Amino acid sequence: MRIVVEKRDNKSKSAAVLIPLASFAISLILGAFVLLASRSNPLQAYSAMLDGAFGNARRFQYTIVESIPLLMCGLGVGVAFRLKFWNIGAEGQYVWGAIGITWVMQFWKFLPVPMLLPIGLVVGMTLGAVWAGVPGFLKAQWSVDETLTTLMLNYVAIGLAEYLYISAWKAPLGNMGTPEFPREAWLPPVWGKIHSGLYIALAFVVLLWFLLYKTRWGFELNMIGKNPRAARYQGVSIKRNIVLAMLLSGAICGLAGSMNTAAIAHRLTKGVDGGYGFTGIIIAWMAGLNPFASILVAIVMAALTTGADALQIAMKLPESMGEVLQGLVLIPLLAGSIFVEHKLKVIKKEAV
Amino acid sequence: MDFITKLLAATIAMGTSLTYATLGEIYTEKTGILNLGMEGTMLMGALAGFATAMATANLYLALIVAMLIGGLLSTIHAFLCVTMRANQVVSGLAITMFGTGLANFLGQRLGPASNNYNLVGMNLPSKFDNIAIPFLKDIPILGAFFDVSVLTYALYFIIPFSWYYMYKTKYGLAIRAVGESPKTATAMGLSVPRLRYLYTIIGGMFAGLGGACLSLSFTPSWNDGMTGGKGWIVIALVIFATWNPGKAVIGTLVFGGITSLQFSLQAAGVKMVIPTQFLAFAPYLITFFTLSAMTILNQNRKGSYAAPSALGTSFAIDDK
Amino acid sequence: MNQQTQQIPVVRMEHITKHFPGVLANDNVSLELYPGQVLALLGENGAGKSTLMNMLVGLYRPDSGSIYIRGELADIHSPQDSMALGVGMIHQEFMLVGNMTVAENIVLGMRDLPFVPKIDEIRARITELSKRYGLQVDPDAVIHDLSVGEQQRVEILKLVYRGADILILDEPTAVLTPGESRDLNKIIKKMLSEGKSAIFITHKMDEVIEFSHKVQVLRKGKTVNTCDTAGVTPQDLANMMVGRDILFSLDRCAYNPGGVKLKVDHVTVDNPIGSRPFLDDVSLEIHRGEIIGIAGVAGNGQTQLTEAITGLLHCTSGKIFIDGKDMTNSTPLQVIRAGVSHIPADRGANGVVGDMSVGDNLAMKKYRTSEISRGAVIKRSFLRAFADKLIEAFVIKTPDQDTCVKFLSGGNIQKTILAREIDSCGGVLIAVYPSRGLDVGATEAVRQNLILQRDKGNAVLLVSEELDELQMVADKIAVMFEGRIMGIRDVKETNTEELGMMMAGATGVRRNA
Repeated sequence: MRIVVEKRDNKSKSAAVLIPLASFAISLILGAFVLLASRSNPLQAYSAMLDGAFGNARRFQYTIVESIPLLMCGLGVGVAFRLKFWNIGAEGQYVWGAIGITWVMQFWKFLPVPMLLPIGLVVGMTLGAVWAGVPGFLKAQWSVDETLTTLMLNYVAIGLAEYLYISAWKAPLGNMGTPEFPREAWLPPVWGKIHSGLYIALAFVVLLWFLLYKTRWGFELNMIGKNPRAARYQGVSIKRNIVLAMLLSGAICGLAGSMNTAAIAHRLTKGVDGGYGFTGIIIAWMAGLNPFASILVAIVMAALTTGADALQIAMKLPESMGEVLQGLVLIPLLAGSIFVEHKLKVIKKEAV
Repeated sequence: MDFITKLLAATIAMGTSLTYATLGEIYTEKTGILNLGMEGTMLMGALAGFATAMATANLYLALIVAMLIGGLLSTIHAFLCVTMRANQVVSGLAITMFGTGLANFLGQRLGPASNNYNLVGMNLPSKFDNIAIPFLKDIPILGAFFDVSVLTYALYFIIPFSWYYMYKTKYGLAIRAVGESPKTATAMGLSVPRLRYLYTIIGGMFAGLGGACLSLSFTPSWNDGMTGGKGWIVIALVIFATWNPGKAVIGTLVFGGITSLQFSLQAAGVKMVIPTQFLAFAPYLITFFTLSAMTILNQNRKGSYAAPSALGTSFAIDDK
Repeated sequence: MNQQTQQIPVVRMEHITKHFPGVLANDNVSLELYPGQVLALLGENGAGKSTLMNMLVGLYRPDSGSIYIRGELADIHSPQDSMALGVGMIHQEFMLVGNMTVAENIVLGMRDLPFVPKIDEIRARITELSKRYGLQVDPDAVIHDLSVGEQQRVEILKLVYRGADILILDEPTAVLTPGESRDLNKIIKKMLSEGKSAIFITHKMDEVIEFSHKVQVLRKGKTVNTCDTAGVTPQDLANMMVGRDILFSLDRCAYNPGGVKLKVDHVTVDNPIGSRPFLDDVSLEIHRGEIIGIAGVAGNGQTQLTEAITGLLHCTSGKIFIDGKDMTNSTPLQVIRAGVSHIPADRGANGVVGDMSVGDNLAMKKYRTSEISRGAVIKRSFLRAFADKLIEAFVIKTPDQDTCVKFLSGGNIQKTILAREIDSCGGVLIAVYPSRGLDVGATEAVRQNLILQRDKGNAVLLVSEELDELQMVADKIAVMFEGRIMGIRDVKETNTEELGMMMAGATGVRRNA
């Protein structure tokens, strides 16, 4: 008797919903093993995490705040992924967004204060766009592998940012970090800790959904992602669209960086590379490139992080547990992804 | 001159760790599997090695455990990519996330009770010291190659052997075929899944070993995230070596050199014209330019500089 | 060859049955092959020939039935098993690693290879074998530098080197010139004289007549007939293959061409690798209401010609005019807007986006127009109505328009492409190997559509490997060889002999087996 993997002859819609749910359940079980191995009670740990993420209004707000840059990066990466373009450089583009807004806040004194924030966001978007556009152009024009170029550029951006907040742009007082942004130019709050970046993020969800699913450009991006040769035969310009999509992708990730810096840190300092870019890649993949699904996924990933913070306080567990769980969530999901297009078949008898 | 010798020594020491991991990843990628889980695997290897050495004071056992742990992590990656045909990029990132998180986590749970179970700040009972070969070590500059730890001496044999294995033996032939044309390899009777599993796991073992080199020899200690992105440099080094094990050492020397330069100059108190952070990201920038240049110049001919054609793709016999 | 060995078949497959999801590929098929004999396995695409042979070499396992090699029951699980029994196959798509040498490819995967293979010995043996069978090949040459004919020789050497004496060749002459086919014939004959035997998988009747001693005809997974080649005519074979008389002529209007619609003027397209250009000073005119057929063995520049016209390939020199307007090196979009429709070769890779729906694929030509979009936004309701219309008009068999096109049969995928291209045709229709891989019904539909477009006054360019298709459909035939047009003839004023000669570069004569 053999078990064989076989291609389905149509896409299974039920699998697309059941698989993520089953995978999440399996990852909770796997996480439980890790917790048990480190002498902690899984049920207690999970409820502490749940409580830490959503337990009261303030915690809920923190979770949402954490999910905003994740959502933005997930959206940004998702645009590129539509073209099967691996924008692993989201982290670097995010950092450039942070650099951009710091630049405006600190040096563009000729602007009236109310203009600092919007201009800063735009500059951040532009820098992020360029940082993604260059590898995009290299791929479009010369087929330079984008996974590796975008990856390398991350560390260039992070290193540059470090240089800026440690020496070149450092505030006179203190060990590191640029001077704080003017208070009036901070991102205004919406409810408690949640800032108006939320509106921007949700606006982008709708915008991208419209762009990708309703417009001609979105149709073309879909074609390119699924069969670039056939797209070319239909007159679609592959090169131009790769560059445009990457510019948009980088712009969104850059905007995430600008927004988050304006809302949370209010300066460029250590920790600007907080992993939102990398997690954004995961979010884009998990959400299946659907902008609305990205909202849910971003909240889940954010909850894992804020919940893990609570773990540290409540049960004296290291906060790296959050990262462990995030990784663990992915593994069953990755394993399950095959079942959308394949199914298991049992072969009873072997032919002689 | 003493400065250059010291610089070379530091480069070789750091380069040892990088070279092991790079060799491993070259073998993995040559069969067509992209393993972006290097960073997490190396860190877990560093932790496993350090924790074992702390617990047993047996350095060689520590190396073995590090290799086993590295191999275990890569087995997960191989399972996801080969059997479950999942997205290799995301799988690698998941392994890195998981491995990094787990290593940092365990680093605060596997220590002695006296230090609150924390491994940070603990000192090893022993480490891999340098062993100097008399006479050879006194050669100007190059003498640095003969005053190194046993981990590095091992490389002097492993690197040429890796090259020989890849290009002169029948197993290397099989590897190259699998990464270039899995369909042909299957028709010729090779098992693509088996070979991909094998070399992904071996790649992980080497990565674990590379990580252990850091915690047991280079900076004999444990710290959160002590690999500091070296796993990503390894990915760059594989490209830089054009997937040829024989060339791996060139990249590690260059990049190791730049990174060591940064520290050495700081230590020597030299006033920097180039900010240290620029030196820190220089390797990545260089790889970016090198990769772009290599690809642009190699547009039409699929020369020996190209990546394995099947890199990053999944393969199944029933695919038509 | 003594009489005794002739009694025992060297290969016997008995009552072989094989299922795939949704299709019964082989239905109780039996086969016998004797030493020193060539058996032709004839049938249309999808008849089950390749499947049957794939089981003989261990790539698939039969659901039921047995295989006997030299009288002994054989349990074949893998290509290595079959190789050990002396059975080897040369596939249509060569199983070679492009960036490795001939020698490396030949010994790849051999079980008894030493840890460090002795290259000198291998080289010597390869050279010896190539001399013996007339398979000229350099052991140190890299595969992607070799021509298709040379690569096929490497494939043959591979089998012979490993001691195969039962050779299976899948559509071997599809990629060869008539001259190379003759060489292949010589090689096979030499092998037969040593007691080896061969099975040819083919759908070409002339290949059967030229190469084989016996022919077995498969249709829809079953054996229709098995007989000596000497006693059959192509007409007999065609009937067996298809089950009814093939339509040898199609209805069409009288040939009454209008003005010149498309003009190719001394176009040369250089080849960045290699010395021979893809297109070498090619000139051609297509009039309205005319079908020009392009004949020639695949790989002589036909695809490049169509790509140059549609803007997918850059012309090094020369000009292309559509309606008198210079369209040389225009972008694909500009050419589309000039009214050119294109049914590309390799429909799955180039003609449709497999993971998108049938409806989306139908809309891929016109989504920019107001028939489907309002400005930058695609109106789904328009698209659905448009797609429904085309599905009905062209009788495309699909569960609904949202099914991914890759799940459709080859014939229906081609219908989707036809529908899209014909609906949007603005004067020029280019069709490249449009009936490849299609069953007879679908093929007829394609040909009827081409003639219909021509009768409507469009200019049609048809590239085909089948001379009989061109003779049936085209008004004029241009033969391409090595990037040049060897000649253009009125279809009524030429014959297969003359066309065949031009296809081979106008040298040599076809010989019978």
